Parts: sequence; structure tokens; C-alpha cells
Amino acid sequence: MAARWHRGVTAQPSSYAESSGDLGPGFLTAPAYLTDSQIIREGGQVRDPVDIHPLLKGYEGRPAAAAARAGDPVNAPMIRHWCEVMGDTNPAYTGPDAIAPPTMLQAWIMPGPGGPVHRSPAYRELVGLLSTAGYTAVVATDCEQEYPRPLRPGDAITYDTVIETVSPRKTTRLGAGYFITTRTDLRVDGECVGSHRFRVFRYAPAGVAVPSAASRRDAAPAESARPLPVVNRDNAAFWEGVAARKLLLQRCDVCAAPRFPWLPGCGECGSPEWTAVEAGGAGTVFSYVVVHHPALPAFDPPYAVGLIQLAEGVRMISNIVGVPHDRVRIGMPVDLEFVQVGGGAGVDGEQLLPVFRARAERSAR
Amino acid sequence: MREGDELPPLTVPVTRTLVVAGALVSRDFQDVHHDAEAARAKGSPDIFMNILTTNGLVGRFVTDHFGPEAHLRKVSIRLGVPNYPGDSLVLTGRIVSMRECTAEVSVVGTNRLGRHVTGTVTVILPSALPSPAPSLSSSSSSSSAPPPSPARAPA
Repeated sequence: MAARWHRGVTAQPSSYAESSGDLGPGFLTAPAYLTDSQIIREGGQVRDPVDIHPLLKGYEGRPAAAAARAGDPVNAPMIRHWCEVMGDTNPAYTGPDAIAPPTMLQAWIMPGPGGPVHRSPAYRELVGLLSTAGYTAVVATDCEQEYPRPLRPGDAITYDTVIETVSPRKTTRLGAGYFITTRTDLRVDGECVGSHRFRVFRYAPAGVAVPSAASRRDAAPAESARPLPVVNRDNAAFWEGVAARKLLLQRCDVCAAPRFPWLPGCGECGSPEWTAVEAGGAGTVFSYVVVHHPALPAFDPPYAVGLIQLAEGVRMISNIVGVPHDRVRIGMPVDLEFVQVGGGAGVDGEQLLPVFRARAERSAR
Repeated sequence: MREGDELPPLTVPVTRTLVVAGALVSRDFQDVHHDAEAARAKGSPDIFMNILTTNGLVGRFVTDHFGPEAHLRKVSIRLGVPNYPGDSLVLTGRIVSMRECTAEVSVVGTNRLGRHVTGTVTVILPSALPSPAPSLSSSSSSSSAPPPSPARAPA
């Protein structure tokens, strides 16, 4: 049974200012947003979805977008359209020395109608978990922006977003859900041009039927099934290699030590300089486990997870395929291959992953 | 301009056109900002204004007053009751601190349901300019010739 954090809060709008330190903004609790008569009570009761806060909490600190690019450079037509609609006649926004209205900051990095393309797998997983559990609706509640310098036509924006916090579950007039706060840093040619902290409330609309476990399984979006790689600036080159069916290691430029997984600095000498080198693909099973539990939707237990000693001297965790789970042995020779799983960012949701196939013709020692 | 001064209020009719057009110019394609059926399915009686439009209106409200030489440095807003079509948003503001060239303005926007937005805006004022008493005379805004006074009447 789900815990209830704030039940039936009905703050008056007049008390809003005093409650500004609270996460629950006024409209979420104000009667105007959703009247009781509009709540459809199925079978005489409204059931909240399960509280999944412990799962969501794990996404704090993870990237929601890494080194992403705005769809268009800052440009005069978008500025003009914005000013027309806002009724903003500020002459600073027109003419040869025009700047963009600072409050347009977020507009430059909004996704198109097809949805976000720059969202990280971590963020998509988070949203997938929420939708699957019944938290399907979203409203924005807070926006805090800083503008270190004005944006001008021609500025090409890149940005990084991190998931800052996921609140415990709150119950509001809209329904039960979670406040998710992200922070985005926007840059032009490496210079910080803006920061944008944004809070949304992702909730299960009050009175809307909670999906049953069976329907959740059927309706689970493919993107939430298989955990997908978390790509950041430290490991982006590795995943680019995987997309090209290459297994890339890092080799320190100073002491030549190979390393894996990808890290910004050398564990031997501390140097941040490195070169990517392609692994030959041969390895042996250094150790392994057989997973029986938990039964996650994307996997079919029991299955073997191996710690593979690569010929280059580093170890890597991956699946061992081509051999029954109970026939995997330490020392077994394996070869790299790439498999395609669903839910990724590539064409048709393709996501390549490196795995290791048991070399059939040789027996384990 | 001194601490405690009130900004001239700005009244914005919340038309259906403004809600939809505001969502589109801010590239916000969430259906609750343009599709009334979809909004109802999510528990809202109608479409409602998106946060980016509110943010833009708050920015305009402040620069309307301080003039084109003033630079917005920080805008922090929190939404309260939603802005539904047919309502009217009245933005009011008060200078809560004035230090050297930096003014901090507390902004509140109300509609008939209550407070739609509360926020704080930090604005950098042109240090070179003298600080005349704000003129509230209604001047037609001409983009080719900025008015000499930093105060501009809300549209």
C-alpha cells in the first residue's frame, strides 16, 4: 500500500505567499483547477498508483541531456514572433544590435512536436517508469533563470541538463505525483549564457483508473524495458564506437596503461590525456554470476553475466551468449559480438550492445 | 526609482489565441496548451497558458517599466492557479531592493481564480543614465526611436 504524504491539502490562494517554501504550488491545491464534480470516481473509490519514490530517487544527479545542441541558432524571426505574441515592443529586441528577450531562454532548446530527441536514456527511463506506473500527466510549476549575458542572433547554443531532485510523492488536487527538478546550463562557444532550473509535477490524474499490472506489462513502452546506456561526455566516444560496432578502450597517453570502463583520468598516473584504441574482441571469462532474481521485464532469467578479461588486459562486464547459463565456466574463451536490443536512440529504436559469445570449439580448462 | 515603488500594472487579456500562440512561439507542443479535449482528459477544464508564456509576460512587464537599456539578469517564477482562456491576467510589481545599478522586483500576477504567478526579477539598470522620476504618461511605443525616459507605459 502506498504511503500518503500530503492528503487533501486545500490551501487557499491567499496563503500562497506564506507557503512559498513548500514544494506544493498554489494551483495544485487550489479548488479551481479540478472540482470534485469533475473527478470520475470509478466503483466509488479513487485509487492512487503505487509509490515508486525509491526507484525514482536513484535518478538524482544523472544527466537528462549531455552536450545537446539547440535546433536553431538564436535568430531574428523567432525573436520577432515571440515579441508579437507577448506584445513586447522593447526596441532592444529589434534592429542590427538586437538581443533576444532573455525570457526566451528555454524556447531555444525546446524539442519539436515529435518529443525530445536530446533526452538521455536516464531521463527516458525515469519518465518511462512514471508512465508505466500511471503517472502520465505533467505540469510545469517553477522556472528560475539567470542570464549572464544577452543572446544575439547567430549564437549557437549547446546545453547540459541534470536531474537535480525527485520529491517524495505529494498528493494534490490534480492527483498524486512527484516534483522533478532539472537544471540546464546553456553555453555558446563554451561561455555560459544562461542557467535554467525547471520544476514539473508528474502525476496520475485524479480519478483516472490505475492500470492493472497486466495492462502495465502490455502497455509498457519499449523504451522503459531494457535499461539503456547513460551517455555523458566522459563516455560518449565509447558509445559512438559501439554504434560503429567497435569496442573502444582508453589508453593513457603518458603511461600507456589501458583502461575500462571509460574515465576522465588515468588510474595509474592521473593523466587526463588519452587515446581510444579498438579491442581485438578476444577474451576469457574471468568470473561470472547467474541471475535468477529479480525478474525484470527486459530480461529472461536465468541468464549469465560475465566479467570478461579482454586480451588487452582490462575487464568488462557483459552478457555471455551462445552457451546455456549453467555451462559457463571460468577461463572459457569468448569473442566479442554486437547485439541489437530495442528502446535505444538509433533508427527504429535500435540500440547496439557489446556481448561475448562462447567460443564453441574449445572446452573450458 | 526607489525601494517600495510600485510598477504600473499590466493587464493582459488571456485569449484562447494568446494561450495557443504563446505555446507555439515558445515551441511548447504539450497538448494541454492547444487541445481542449486532451486537457479535459488530464483533469483540466480547458487549455491553459504554458509557463514559458507567463515567463515572457513577466519579463515584458518589467522591461516595459525600466526601459530598453535595462537588462534582465534573473527571472524566478512559481505558478499558482492556471490562466484559462477568457480570463484576464493583471501583473503588479514592487521594487523590493535597489542597490547601485541592481533592482529586485517582486512580481505577482492575478486572475479571477487567484494568484497565477509569483516571482522575483533582478534587473540591471543602465548606470550612465540619471534616474528620473518614472513617468506614467502613455506614450505610443515606437521601435525606431526609443523614448528617452526609461519608463514606458504598459500596452
